[in-house]
Amino acid sequence: MSLFSKANREVLTSPLAKNNPVAVQVLGICSALAVTAQLEPAIVMGLSVTVITAFANVIISLLRKTIPNRIRIIVQLVVVASLVTLVSQILKAYAYDVSVQLSVYVGLIITNCILMGRLEAFAMMNGPWESFLDGVGSGLGYAWILVAVGFVRELFGNGTLLGLRVIPDSLYVENGGFYVNNGMMTMPAMALILVGCLIWALRACQKEQ
Amino acid sequence: MIKKFFDKIRPHFEEKGKFSALHSVFEGMETFMLVPNTTSKSGVSIHDAIDSKRIMSFVVIALLPALLFGMYNIGYQNALAAGQLENTSFWAMFIYGFLLVLPKIVVSYAVGLGIEFTVAQLKKEEIQEGFLVTGILIPMIVPVNCPLWMLALAVAFSVILCKEIFGGTGMNIFNPALCARAFLFFSYPTSMSGDNVWLAKEQVLSLGYNLPDATTMATPLGEAAANHPISASLNDMVLGFIPGSIGETSVIAIAIGALILLYTRIASWKTILGVFVGGAVTALLFNFAELENNVASHMSCWEHFATGGFCFGAVFMATDPVTGSRTEEGKFIYGFFIGLLAILIRVLNPGYPEGMMLAILFMNMFAPLIDYCFVQRNINKRLARMKKK
Repeated sequence: MSLFSKANREVLTSPLAKNNPVAVQVLGICSALAVTAQLEPAIVMGLSVTVITAFANVIISLLRKTIPNRIRIIVQLVVVASLVTLVSQILKAYAYDVSVQLSVYVGLIITNCILMGRLEAFAMMNGPWESFLDGVGSGLGYAWILVAVGFVRELFGNGTLLGLRVIPDSLYVENGGFYVNNGMMTMPAMALILVGCLIWALRACQKEQ
Repeated sequence: MIKKFFDKIRPHFEEKGKFSALHSVFEGMETFMLVPNTTSKSGVSIHDAIDSKRIMSFVVIALLPALLFGMYNIGYQNALAAGQLENTSFWAMFIYGFLLVLPKIVVSYAVGLGIEFTVAQLKKEEIQEGFLVTGILIPMIVPVNCPLWMLALAVAFSVILCKEIFGGTGMNIFNPALCARAFLFFSYPTSMSGDNVWLAKEQVLSLGYNLPDATTMATPLGEAAANHPISASLNDMVLGFIPGSIGETSVIAIAIGALILLYTRIASWKTILGVFVGGAVTALLFNFAELENNVASHMSCWEHFATGGFCFGAVFMATDPVTGSRTEEGKFIYGFFIGLLAILIRVLNPGYPEGMMLAILFMNMFAPLIDYCFVQRNINKRLARMKKK
C-alpha cells in the first residue's frame, strides 16, 4: 500500500473540516478559549498539540498489540505525559515568553480530549503510519480553529497581529480618531461565541453535517 | 386609502410577480398598517382582538414619554453644564436633544430591521415584529455620547446572536435590547460608563453649547460607586433632571408609560411589583447592615428606585413577555429576584455602578426554571386531587 493512498489522504484531511475535532466533535474547547486571546500563543499551542498527537499516536500504535486491554488508558497517559513534558521543556528552552503566556495550558494538553480520543479510537486499531497521519490531521484541525479564533480576537481586541500594530494608531479615540478596541474580544466569553460562529459557518458550508 | 394602495400593488409581490423576492417585506408593511385579512380556515381558534403588532405599537407609545423627556434632558444637561440655563428656551433644549437622539434611533432601526428583513427573506418566513420595540429601546438605554458605529455593531450582535440564532422573535432567551447594552458595556466600557459619557459636548446645527473636553458629569450611581455623596436632590431624580442613559432618568415619564402598559394589560403588574418589593427589601437590609465606606448601602430604597435604570428596567425590560416568567406566581419570584440582584450588584460591586441590566439578564436565564417549578407543583397538586377522589 502506498504511503499516500486515497484512504490515507482521507485520514489526513478529514479532521480538517468534515470531522474537525473542535468544530464537529466539540473536543478541546477549554484550551481553545484559554489561549486564543492572542495569535502567537494560539499558533504555538496548535503546533504543540499537533506534534504531541502525532507522536503519541505513533508510539501507541506501535505498542498496540502488547498493551493489556485493562490498563491501556494508563499506558496512553504515560506516553502522552512524557511527550507533553518534552514539549514543555523545549518551549521553556527556546520560546520562554510564549511558554509563560501559555502557563499551565501546555501541561494541561495531557487532559486534552482530542489526544485520548485519537489514541483510543484510531491508534489502538491502526498501523503507525496511518496513526501518524491521523494525529497530524487532528492536530492541524485543532490548530486552525485556534489560529482563526486567535486572529479575530487579537485583531479586534488589541488592534495587533502577532504583536504588530495592524489598525493604525491615528484611528484611535485617544489620537483624535473614532476607533476603540473591543474589550469583550479579550474575554473568554467572546472566544466561545467565535467558536460557535465558526461551527455555524462550517455547518452552513457542509450540508451533510 | 392605504388599503387600496396595498391591494393595488399586491400582485407584484405574489408568487410570480416582479418583486416576489420582496414578498416578506410587503407582508410586513401591510400587516403593520392594516389588520391582516387572513383568518384561520380550519378548526376552532380563539384570537385576541389585537395581534402582536398592535401590542408592540402600544409599547412604543408607552415608551414615548420617557423618550421625549430624555431628549429634553440632554439639552437641559448641556445648558446646565454651560451655565446658560436661564438663556436657553425649552424648545432649543428639546430640539438639541432630538437632533442627537434621532440618528441613534435611525441607525438602530436601519441595522436591526435590515438584518430581520434579510433573515426573513432567506428563510422565506414572514417578517416578525419584535424589532419594533427593541429598536427604540436600544437608543434609550445607551449614554448620549455613544458613537453610532458602536450602536450599529451592538444592534447587529444582539439581533443575530441573541435572537435570530434562537429562532427569531418569541424564541429568544435573553432580552435583545439588554443584550445589545451588555455587549456595549463589556466591549467598550470607556464609552458606556464613567463620568465622561453622559454629557453632550458639541453643538448641533448651532443649537446647544460647545463644552471643553474636561467637563464631566457623574450619574448619582456613579458618585455612589466612587463613594462620593450624591449631589442630585431627590426632586431632580424623580423628575429626571440627572445625567444618565437617554430614556431612563425620569421616574414620572416612566410612570406614565407604566400606566399605559398596565391599563392595556400588556405588562404584568405582578412582575413590576415583584421588582420593587425585591429592591426595597434589599435596600432596607443594607441600610440596617451599616457597611462602612459604602455610600450605596446607605441609600434609601426610594433613592435606589429613582436613580439609574431601576424604574425603566422594572417597567419595560423585566415585563418582556418573551424572556420573563409566564406563570402567574412565577412572575412575583422572577421580579423579586431582579430587584434583589440589582441592588446587590449596586451596593457590593463598585465595578458596576448599575446592576439592573445584569440582574435582568441573569433572571432571564432562570425564568424557565421558575416556570418549571410552578408548573410541576400544579401538576402534582392535580394528581393528588385526582387520587383523593
